[in-house]
Amino acid sequence: MSKTVPVTLNVNGVEHHLEVEPRLLLVHALRDNLGLTGTHVGCDTSNCGACTIHMDGRAVKSCTVLAVQADGVALTTIEGLASENELHPLQEAFWNDHGLQCGYCTPGMIMAAAGLLAENPNPTEDEVRHGLEGNLCRCTGYHNIVKAVLDAAKAKGAAVGAPASGQPGVTA
Amino acid sequence: MIPAEFDYTAPETLDDAIKALADGGEDAKLLAGGHSLLPLMKLRLAAPSLLVDLRKVPGLHGIQREDGNWRIGALTPHAELEHTPDLGVVSLTAGTIADPQVRNRGTIGGSLAHGDPASDLPAVMLICEASVTLQGAGGQQRSVSANDLFQDYLETAVEPTEVLTEIRMPAYDGWGFAYQKFNRRSEDWAMVAVSALVKKNGDTIEDARIGLTNMASVPLRAHAVEEALRGQPGTADSIARAAEQAAEGTDPPADLNASSDYKRHLARVMCRRALEEAAGLP
Repeated sequence: MSKTVPVTLNVNGVEHHLEVEPRLLLVHALRDNLGLTGTHVGCDTSNCGACTIHMDGRAVKSCTVLAVQADGVALTTIEGLASENELHPLQEAFWNDHGLQCGYCTPGMIMAAAGLLAENPNPTEDEVRHGLEGNLCRCTGYHNIVKAVLDAAKAKGAAVGAPASGQPGVTA
Repeated sequence: MIPAEFDYTAPETLDDAIKALADGGEDAKLLAGGHSLLPLMKLRLAAPSLLVDLRKVPGLHGIQREDGNWRIGALTPHAELEHTPDLGVVSLTAGTIADPQVRNRGTIGGSLAHGDPASDLPAVMLICEASVTLQGAGGQQRSVSANDLFQDYLETAVEPTEVLTEIRMPAYDGWGFAYQKFNRRSEDWAMVAVSALVKKNGDTIEDARIGLTNMASVPLRAHAVEEALRGQPGTADSIARAAEQAAEGTDPPADLNASSDYKRHLARVMCRRALEEAAGLP
């Protein structure tokens, strides 16, 4: 085995100190080492976007990042979006608009959408569709996904990119 | 998919990174955003023994403009280029790379050092007549023009113990520009893409530069089209005539998506469209 290295993963405001093989992918560190299974592995080839999380507030595909590259970076996963009693506006909108069918792509869709709205709080439909180009829904449920993102933007405006817990890393 | 085992280091200075690279031997590789290298490693098409991560090295990020020239740090992600519209054709092109998540991680230096002729930025560097700065052992620096950088498929002039630290290029204020990319899905590499810079003097095309993506084992310029356009009126007719020569001197490899002939056809069509856009035709 290659030499393990220490890494500090700051996930949803909580620091985790791990000793990992350099080849450990961030998505596996989140799911297998930290038990945060909301982030999904879909294609595993940086194509489908199911593994989308935020690094320092920017949406990235965690299947194409090494855990060691995330050392000391503020990470947000789908588990970090809602506050204790309240869904994040995007989660609320996906619920209300039925922005999912099987639900497998949903965490990645919501994290990608949160990244989009953080940069562009009032996107047009076209901008939402382009903003979600990195996420595939194999049920082809795009219509309601786009609707949910537009409704979330309308509901909360610029605040929507930020997680309800208000933790650092994700800015509106 | 899990990469083969490797050792990892994240030095805090450029000198230490160059030293680590040299000490690591021929199978040591630099890691920037990892969006070319990690997919290859996951597919086990690459299996470096050591990754030297540049993320802690200061001074490799950011975009500056000075005296009509741009300096772009090698670790600048595509998204930052995309969000700097003053970069013109570079910004426009960066915004077409893969998808937003990839653009947030992938870097211009990583992409250029990878040297994939299907990548979007290499041919654009050719038409911008950009150069890259390479730094090697002992702080030795050299500047290599984009024209000399790309040597063959995935082969560049960057020596194994050198780091590509920055990109320098003139600003093209007042030039029209376009990037026409043909692919089946937005995330895909270009089947063929054509970048264009056009300088007009009144209605006359004073200068034109055309870059071809994925039309050979290296990015190319369509010199025949450029020569045919100089001094010509910027009309749809003269552009259409010149664009007919877009595939001259190219050697596009056939692949799953397109035959070589089809790529030549695409080059002519995308060239015409790019020139029309860059010349400001409706």
